[in-house]
Amino acid sequence: MTTSFKGPKPSRRQFLSGAAAAGAGAVAAQASGAATPDPLITEVQPWATGLGEGVDATPYGLPIKYESHVVRRNVEWLTADTISSINFTPIHALDGTITPQGCAFERHHSGAIELRKEDYRLMINGLVDKPLIFTYADLERFPREQHVYFCECAANTGMEWAGAQLNGAQFTHGMIHNMEYTGVPLRTLLQEAGLDAAGDLEDKWIYVEGHDASSNGRSIPMSKAMDDCLVAFKANGEALRKEHGYPVRLVVPGWEGNMWVKWLRRVEVVDGPVESREETSKYTDTLANGISRKWTWVMDAKSVITSPSPQSPIQHGHGPLVITGLAWSGHGAITRVDVSKDGGKTWETARLAKPGEKMALTRFYLDTTWNGEEMLLQARAMDETGYVQPTKEQLREIRGENSIYHNNCIQTWHVKPNGEAENVEVS
Amino acid sequence: GAGMNFGLGREALPEEIAAWDVNIMPDGEGLPEGSGSVLDGETLFSQNCAVCHGEFAEGAGNWPELAGGEGTLADEDPLKTVGSYWPYLSTVWDYVHRSMPYGAAQTLSDDEVYAITAYILYSNFLVEDDFVLSKDNFLEVELPNEDGFIVDDRPETEYPIWRTEPCMENCKEEVEITMRATVLDVTPEDQAAREAREEMAEQGEATEAPAEAEA
Repeated sequence: MTTSFKGPKPSRRQFLSGAAAAGAGAVAAQASGAATPDPLITEVQPWATGLGEGVDATPYGLPIKYESHVVRRNVEWLTADTISSINFTPIHALDGTITPQGCAFERHHSGAIELRKEDYRLMINGLVDKPLIFTYADLERFPREQHVYFCECAANTGMEWAGAQLNGAQFTHGMIHNMEYTGVPLRTLLQEAGLDAAGDLEDKWIYVEGHDASSNGRSIPMSKAMDDCLVAFKANGEALRKEHGYPVRLVVPGWEGNMWVKWLRRVEVVDGPVESREETSKYTDTLANGISRKWTWVMDAKSVITSPSPQSPIQHGHGPLVITGLAWSGHGAITRVDVSKDGGKTWETARLAKPGEKMALTRFYLDTTWNGEEMLLQARAMDETGYVQPTKEQLREIRGENSIYHNNCIQTWHVKPNGEAENVEVS
Repeated sequence: GAGMNFGLGREALPEEIAAWDVNIMPDGEGLPEGSGSVLDGETLFSQNCAVCHGEFAEGAGNWPELAGGEGTLADEDPLKTVGSYWPYLSTVWDYVHRSMPYGAAQTLSDDEVYAITAYILYSNFLVEDDFVLSKDNFLEVELPNEDGFIVDDRPETEYPIWRTEPCMENCKEEVEITMRATVLDVTPEDQAAREAREEMAEQGEATEAPAEAEA
């Protein structure tokens, strides 16, 4: 496992033989009722007498080295190469809801390209009154909006359709990030080009594509384009990262991550869907009878317990335990998350850190007591439409096992008496 | 109103639109003049594509298969290719023209894309070896799985079922572990975790029936 903590650590054998609890208990005792004084307190430590780094040491900082495990990871066997591939956000080690950009997952189809603001152009064409070219500087002159949204890859949890496969929330649920975006509503740019030429907007579409070689072209119904799509240039307060579409990406709230076109270069108003590669060959969901769903845009309500989890085992022994995780829904705000410790026999309602926001990650906590009993931990999200996150079995009954995308099933972690957790399926 | 609310941006020139607006619609709209034969396509495919996709478009290594898999979509392990899965030929032309070869995209001429598209059709046994694909006969080609797609039906088939008050107590009698990820052992991890698990296995930790590997 990739966890680390300061202070005395139980040996591996102790940990594995279940003595970890006793060891951890001893550590805890030092703080509450120590028999011998703690040298970290009684002896002057180097940081309490010497000097730290100056303010000129780090113009733009990275996390402290002790957090080096909180990084993106990739899974080599998933794809043919690392250019058209995916990596995973370390959600098992994060808290709150905002994903640090530096470890927020990446998904490229022809690599992360380097595009200067000076070289950036955005074209609006097709059924518009006047086709337009914007520079990056032009975009910064339109009225801006700011919103927090999750971006979840359609394939998140996709490797888990046929069984329990990858051992860690990072790998099973980490194709997701949640950022505070600043940008211009797509509606504003379309109106700047003029939509009289498009006539009735009800049956119109837009086609969006990126500057990269893959282009990642997708068709989006005009109703969504005019509703809440954002042409974003800032995330979490700063410019987008190169790998997230610098300098401009499309934000499509609640909808599958593939549609969040990065390095956005063109928006065309069209009278029908293009049926591009990314909405025919890919991002279509094959059902058990061989028929496939297309245009499955919305990401349904979903949740996962991030700790305890396989990469975040219980190492502190018995007593108070914080069970925490994330919930989200492409249909709107999360209204409730239930947690089960017994594989779904009984449920208790967790505490939301703050009220759910539309199409954004929501943090939940269940403050509990653990005395070494085995647990089959599950979380179950509900959104404002009343939708309740289904089990994998419920999903399979309708879809079979080959739809690849949109697996929003309830996840189970088996927590063992020694505090380790494992990705399992239960009856 | 006709937009122009802010007066930002400038009018796109026809040459600029022509350079970037190259998408092809399912009805063939956007296709340029041109043509290419299966025979020319075979040579071009061998030179530009076969290193990844195989000489017969059957795929090499982990790279995508472009041919084969007919009738496998309802199988346990479907093979999705242009022939077995893709609905429209327009997508093949568009995607090859715009994004292939991988690493050297937008280097194929229109005639070359017609020829390679013709060869992919031939590889899928959808045309004869003397076939010539052109803008004029493009729509005569129908891919086998054109009718294999339905529009997202979750609002009818799923949402009504799952928008109900969930069970909170006594929801099931028994709960058993039916699959474990560690049996597959395909998660990238540091050495310590792997060793720890092996040690645990030696100590006689119960393991359940193995899940099926699904790469």
